[in-house]
Amino acid sequence: MGFPILSVMIFVPFIAGLVILFGTRQKPELSKQVALAASIIVLLMTFALWASYSLDQAGYQFIEYIPWLPDLGIAYHLGVDGLGIAMLVLTGLVVFTGVMVSWNINNRPHEFFAYLMFLATSVLGVFSSQDLFLLFFFLELAVFPKYLMIVIWGSPQTRKYGGMKLTLFLFIGSVIALVGALAIYFAAPERTFNLILLEQAGFSPDVQRLWFPFLFLGFAILGGIFPFHSWAPDGHVAAPTAISMLLAGVEMKVGVFAALRVAIMLLPQGAQYWANWILVLATINVIYGAFIAMIQKDFKYVIGFSSVSHMGLVLIGFASLNADGLMGAGLQMFSHGIMTALFFSIVGMVYDRTHTREIASLGGMVKVMPWAAVGFIIGGLVSMGMPGFSGFVAELPIYLGVWRVAPLVAIISALSIVITAAYILLTVRRVFFGELPENLDPNMPGISIKDKISIGLLSLFMIVIGIFPGLMVPLIESSVNHILTLLGGA
Amino acid sequence: MNNELITWLIPLPPLIAFGLIVLFTNRSNRLSHSLAIIGAGLSWLLSMVVFFFAISANGVKEKALISNVNWLPTGDSWLKIGVQVDALTAIMLFFVAWTVLMIFIYSVGYHNFGQPKGEHDLPGKQPHGAFVTGTDGKEKHVLSIEPMYARFFAFISLFAFAMFVLVVSNNLLTLYIGWEIMGLCSYLLIGFWYAKPSAKAAAQKAFLTTRIGDVFMLLGLASLYTLTGSLQYEVIFSEQWLHFLTSHTSPVFGMSWAALIGILIFIGTVGKSSQFPLHVWLPDAMEGPTPVSAMIHAATMVSAGVYLVIRFFPILSAGYEAGGPLTTPMMAMAVIGSFTALFSATIAVAQRDVKRVLAYSTISQLGFMVAALGVGAYVAAAFHLVTHAFFKALLFLGSGSIIHGMEHGVLHTGEHVDPQDMFNMGGLWKKMPITFITFLAGGLALSGFPLITAGFWSKDEILSGAFNGGFIVVFVVLAIAALLTAFYTMRQISLVFFGKPRTMAAAHAHETKWTMTLPLSVLAFFSITAGWVGIPEAFPGLGGILPNWFDSFVGSMLHAEGHETVHHSSVPLITSLAVALGGLLLGYLVYKNIKDTQTDPMEWSLGGIYKVLANKYYIDEFYQWAFIKPAKWLSETFVYRWMDLFVIDGFFHGIAKLGLGLGNIFRQWFDLPVINRGGDAIASGTRRLGADLKIFQSGRVQDYMLLSLAFAVVGAVVFFVILF
Repeated sequence: MGFPILSVMIFVPFIAGLVILFGTRQKPELSKQVALAASIIVLLMTFALWASYSLDQAGYQFIEYIPWLPDLGIAYHLGVDGLGIAMLVLTGLVVFTGVMVSWNINNRPHEFFAYLMFLATSVLGVFSSQDLFLLFFFLELAVFPKYLMIVIWGSPQTRKYGGMKLTLFLFIGSVIALVGALAIYFAAPERTFNLILLEQAGFSPDVQRLWFPFLFLGFAILGGIFPFHSWAPDGHVAAPTAISMLLAGVEMKVGVFAALRVAIMLLPQGAQYWANWILVLATINVIYGAFIAMIQKDFKYVIGFSSVSHMGLVLIGFASLNADGLMGAGLQMFSHGIMTALFFSIVGMVYDRTHTREIASLGGMVKVMPWAAVGFIIGGLVSMGMPGFSGFVAELPIYLGVWRVAPLVAIISALSIVITAAYILLTVRRVFFGELPENLDPNMPGISIKDKISIGLLSLFMIVIGIFPGLMVPLIESSVNHILTLLGGA
Repeated sequence: MNNELITWLIPLPPLIAFGLIVLFTNRSNRLSHSLAIIGAGLSWLLSMVVFFFAISANGVKEKALISNVNWLPTGDSWLKIGVQVDALTAIMLFFVAWTVLMIFIYSVGYHNFGQPKGEHDLPGKQPHGAFVTGTDGKEKHVLSIEPMYARFFAFISLFAFAMFVLVVSNNLLTLYIGWEIMGLCSYLLIGFWYAKPSAKAAAQKAFLTTRIGDVFMLLGLASLYTLTGSLQYEVIFSEQWLHFLTSHTSPVFGMSWAALIGILIFIGTVGKSSQFPLHVWLPDAMEGPTPVSAMIHAATMVSAGVYLVIRFFPILSAGYEAGGPLTTPMMAMAVIGSFTALFSATIAVAQRDVKRVLAYSTISQLGFMVAALGVGAYVAAAFHLVTHAFFKALLFLGSGSIIHGMEHGVLHTGEHVDPQDMFNMGGLWKKMPITFITFLAGGLALSGFPLITAGFWSKDEILSGAFNGGFIVVFVVLAIAALLTAFYTMRQISLVFFGKPRTMAAAHAHETKWTMTLPLSVLAFFSITAGWVGIPEAFPGLGGILPNWFDSFVGSMLHAEGHETVHHSSVPLITSLAVALGGLLLGYLVYKNIKDTQTDPMEWSLGGIYKVLANKYYIDEFYQWAFIKPAKWLSETFVYRWMDLFVIDGFFHGIAKLGLGLGNIFRQWFDLPVINRGGDAIASGTRRLGADLKIFQSGRVQDYMLLSLAFAVVGAVVFFVILF
């Protein structure tokens, strides 16, 4: 075993968090710098992983294996495949930009940044786990910091409700998934939580059909599947900017990633059996979220519901269970993560300066913060699936994939393209263009250089992936091929 | 350089110009417009090279020029993108390159380059004009430069890039990419004066309406790709796949796959080329600056839509033989095309805004092309696309020049009149002679003035295609539409140029600069001559003097399949002559000498109908009532208030309440009476324990976390010890 790059990457933020919490209490600036340093290290390490992942070999790489509770088949077992790498890069980007745009937090900053770091550890850990127990461990690690960050730094009106709702839903989700996980643990021929071994366990069709819904639904609740989506908008809106970015950008991906990694890949026959049901629910997600986003009067709720809609497309891609659909779903996870992080960061920037999120009382922001306007428009174009941006290369394969299995789903969900365009354009027009309302100060401070770096970095990724999808596609393709073997071999 | 490489390069210069302007030169107006024009000029040059290669003896008539690269890996194969030059691409390149370049040059003058900055001009607003002190010491109110001058050139460069991408593509995917980027550019440019509410609304309407068409087109693309595994023209239009698509039934209404895909693709065109019922966005698109209108109406957007159906004619017509029954998509095109042609011509008759008349005439002329394709007159449709692009670009730029001259007059006299209302004009031919002559050329071409104008030859060919194919209804409808076209065109020309000036502003109008009149002259040249390449061999007198080059060149695309005009009849010819001349004469007689700025003579002759026409048959109002309001209701009341907040959240809140209620019951009925009483005995013990535990309750979140972590670990261990 060489250099434990995954472990280092996962625990750098954790250590940074402890340092901030106990070491730099009285020095808010230093706390922020420690957090920033840690997030930069993580980001660079994810890039290093991206660069050094061997496509020829494919499969799970950078494996680390230390027996933990060998009698129970539990091990500290890390490893990532192509899709995992994409998710790690996404996490690196969102954590880094999340720290950057939170620079002006002055209410108990050390705790804020410490929890942010713990959250990063949790997410990175889930994406790297190859042990089911470890995966749950990392997943639950996030519960505390998430809840605290929402109720302490969240939006005063709804933080208690939103924080509680989110925590309960995610908790219920992971409990349901845990039931399924224990069930297949006991059904497996040998007592192990090793995901790579469980892939080959050859569960009987009955077991697969029975327990697939538990695992899939449990995790998909974290991804905002209908009708368990309502935590997402409320939670996102209640949360402070950086947490909204992480929640919608990364945590929702954690949910669907786990649903794919555990439910679909361990129980492929179960997935085939239930695929139509998932398609139905996911299609509702897509249309329903888009419709609701269209009539929201709160800037942040628009984005919150748009996430519900876009995550539906990921689930549709999964449920099509073919190369195109899975490929598109993988790209969409990345693309949507970046896009929604950008959206929430900009919502935060606008709110910090205007102290309102009411669309009706905003307007003309392009004059005050042109960078934010351009960033939001780029995000909007990604959201609408405009060619040349990552959203198009993600959504096109999803539609192609689902057209093969269920043309009706393709038709209905494609209608969301129009609705999405409608709410994005309406929001852009009302918030950024037109006249600046009289009660807003036309000389309000513009956005900082850190904000600009965040906007620029996230936009850059969406454009580069949109124009050169070949940069990311082979990575995801290697995972897709593996999944297809599991599906075909079932 | 070989021709393949040149074709690849055609779209790039405007894209580079766009990037450079946005990143570097956006503070310098001169550099920005120079870059844009150089970009468009290079594309023009490359297009001409490719065009002349294509029409040369060993050109593309026999075999198209095709070149591919890999772009998006899909499973075991690559989604390829590439370029292709065949006869259709060649003629598209010809008119796109010319019109785009002319529009770029024109924009310099239109946006008042060289004029002073207006004191009250703001980005996002139309320039208000500036006050300057002339040589005689008097203060004058003159036109002022556009505040976002550089940005305008960046956007139209991107627009041009998208159109070139669409034209040179050899596959539906990159065509779709160009198509969507154009949609975006149209949004940006129609809403260019974004501080104007009507412009913002129009931009959004254009984008959303065309998007509806795009969704169906995307589905067509998806079905084509899933069936054939390719999106390249050479594959999907091959005999083998066409046969497959016609012989297999799709799940929708028992149509063949070819018919279904054809319909889906055609809906894309309905959106982009503004056919009924998705035509509502195009007239509103007039809110943008006039060069943008020319761009959208002639060179790019709407032409792209018609180009798409011409390109996909093999699929749309799969299974059709000349003289046989029409395929479903062809039937749809014939019906929608001819209906749109007549329908919007009637609206154009009652418009007062100089640009709106042209907007409805565009919709109508596009209807002609779509209908022509529907009855199998492939070459005629392509021919009219080319001639229309020239004369419509000319007319739009001409109307921009007229408005400019009028604005000059308005600023000069300080009179508050609408510079776009034709009833405020009159007698402009003396003031603006070049604009007049060129506009007249364009107007006559639009009306189909016999023999000399391009519009006559292409429109005649459409009419004869419909008549000789035996589609008498289509023929009659189109003939009436052509009569109305000639009428409203002459109405416009007479109102604008003839008679006496009806306002002070019109009396002080002024000819525009050379940057505007030069493009007008070039386009006027093509509006006349472009028709001469397609004079039918059988035309009495003139036929055969010039070879019917267009027919043999573009006709080569069809590989001789179902393309020959068997019998010739003089009915369509006489009809074209009669409707063109009759309409022109009528228009001239009614409108040659209007004095009143308020009432249109047609208002009293048509009565209530005039009001319906002027209000565009109330279609916008109908859509508002039938679609937009219900959609809002659905989202707001049904989905959000009822479903999300009431049913779903209500359910979960109910569960939460139930939990609390249960807890309460346990407490009130079990805990307090049973446990508590029994527990009183140990209460004191508990109190002591509580005091001991107090040290853990420091009130610090970190300590709680540490504690919870410890409990979680201990709990997990205990859990597993018990389990096993």
